Amino acid sequence: MRSFSSLLAIALIFTLAVAQAEEVTVAVAANFTAPMQEIATAFAEDTEHQARTAFASSGRFYAQIHNGAPFEVFLSADETTPARLAEDGMTVPDTRFTYAQGSLVLWSADPERIPAGEGAAVLHAGDFRKLAIANPRTAPYGAAAIAVMQALGVEDSLRPKFVQGENLPQTYQFISTGNAELGFVALSQVIKDGEISAGSGWLVPEELHAPIRQDAVLLTRGADNPAARALLDYLQGERAQAIIRAYGYHLPN
Amino acid sequence: MGLGFSDADLQAIWLTARLAGLTTVLLLIIGTPIAWWLARTRSRLKAVVGAVVALPLVLPATVMGFYLLLVMGPQGPVGQLTQSLGIGLLPFTFWGLLLASVFYSMPFVVQPIQNAIEALGERPLEVAATLRAGPWDRFFTVVVPLARPGFFTAAILGFAHTVGEFGVVLMIGGNIPGATRVVSVQIYDYVEAMDYAQAHWLAGSMVVFSFVVLLALYTLNPQVRRF
Repeated sequence: MRSFSSLLAIALIFTLAVAQAEEVTVAVAANFTAPMQEIATAFAEDTEHQARTAFASSGRFYAQIHNGAPFEVFLSADETTPARLAEDGMTVPDTRFTYAQGSLVLWSADPERIPAGEGAAVLHAGDFRKLAIANPRTAPYGAAAIAVMQALGVEDSLRPKFVQGENLPQTYQFISTGNAELGFVALSQVIKDGEISAGSGWLVPEELHAPIRQDAVLLTRGADNPAARALLDYLQGERAQAIIRAYGYHLPN
Repeated sequence: MGLGFSDADLQAIWLTARLAGLTTVLLLIIGTPIAWWLARTRSRLKAVVGAVVALPLVLPATVMGFYLLLVMGPQGPVGQLTQSLGIGLLPFTFWGLLLASVFYSMPFVVQPIQNAIEALGERPLEVAATLRAGPWDRFFTVVVPLARPGFFTAAILGFAHTVGEFGVVLMIGGNIPGATRVVSVQIYDYVEAMDYAQAHWLAGSMVVFSFVVLLALYTLNPQVRRF
C-alpha cells in the first residue's frame, strides 16, 4: 500500500512538472522552415515551453486543420489561408498578425548565370531551358513570381520554360540539382549570414509584386494552451524578430 | 467541358492514359524476357535480379524520385548520356516520366508473368520440343496461350499502377500541362488550392476506375493471388 502511494506521488510530481513546461504544436509554412527551427530552439531556451513543428504547404495545412489535425498555432505562407480559417470559425478571434513579409529571389546554382543586378536582363534574354517556380495556384511565392514576369513583360515568352515545384523546397531542389537552370525561390532558402550563400541570384525589387505577407494565427485547439499564446508573443519579440530578419524577411512597419 | 471536368482535367486524363498505355506496352516487351529468365534460370543471379525488379514495391517514391532527378540531371550518368545524344535532359518531359514509370511499374508486370510461366512447369515445353517446335515457336504457340491469364494480369496491373503513380511524377515532373501533369498531380493541386469540388470529380473518378479495373481482373481471372 505504501509503495502504491509513493508511486502515486511520483506520478503526481511528474504530471505537475510536465504541466509547467507546456508543449505547443505548430503548423509552419514550408518556406519558414529554417528560421522556425532556430526560433523553436530559442523559444525553448527563453521560456519553459517546447514547440513541436510540422512543415508543409499552407493549403495542405488548411485541409488538415479542417479535419481535426492537432495544430494549435498556424504560421501560414500567406494572408488568405488564415483568413479562410477564421471565416470557418477555426481560429481564435483577434489573434491574427503578420509575422514576416517574404522576399523573392531569382536564383541559380550556377555562380555565373545571374550577374549582379542583372536578373531582369537574364529573364529578357531567356537564354535557358527551364525556369522553376512554385505552383502559383497554391504558393504565394509562385504567384509573386508570375506577377514579376508580367511586370517585366516576359511572362508569355517564358511560359513554355516553366516547371512547377509543388512548394518552395521542391522548386529549390529543381534548381539546385541543375535540372532547371534558374528559378524563383524565397530569399530565406538561399541566404546565409545576410548573403546569397551559393550560386548566383537577383533580389527581386519589391515594387514588381504585391507584398508576400505571412500571417500567424491561434487556432481554436490552442485557445487554452498557455504555450500557444506564449509562442505567438515570442514571435513578436526581439530575439525571434532578429532571426526572422537574418533570413531575409521583412517585418511589417 | 464534359461532366464536371475542366479542359485541364481532360488534358490530364488523356496524358495519363497515354503514359499508362505506353508504359504497359513497353513493360510487356521488356518485362516478358526478364520474367521468362527469372522463371526458368538456375543462376545465382536470380535472387539479385528478382530483388532489383521488386525494389519499387518497397522504396518510397521520395527515394526513387530523388535519385531519378539526380541520375537524369545534368551531372547524372543518364543526363550526361541523353545530353551527348542530343536529346537534352529528361526531367520535366513526358519521356522522362515514361522511363520512370517503366522502372516503377516493373514488378507489377514481371511478377504475374513469372508466376504464370513457373506454374506451367517444364512438361508442355518438353512435349513441344519433341514435336520439333523451335524456341520461338514454343514461346508463342505454347507459353503465351497457356500463360495468358498471367499476361492479362500483368497488363492490367501495369496500366493501373501507372495511372495511380504520384510521388515519382511529383518529384521529376515539374507539373507541366500536357507533358507531366497527370491526373494524380491535378487532384493534388486542387486539394492544395482548396478547390475541393473539382478535386472530388477527378478523385471520385479515380476510385471508380480503380475499382472497375480490379473487379474486371478478379472476375475474369479469379486465380489471381500474388502481385
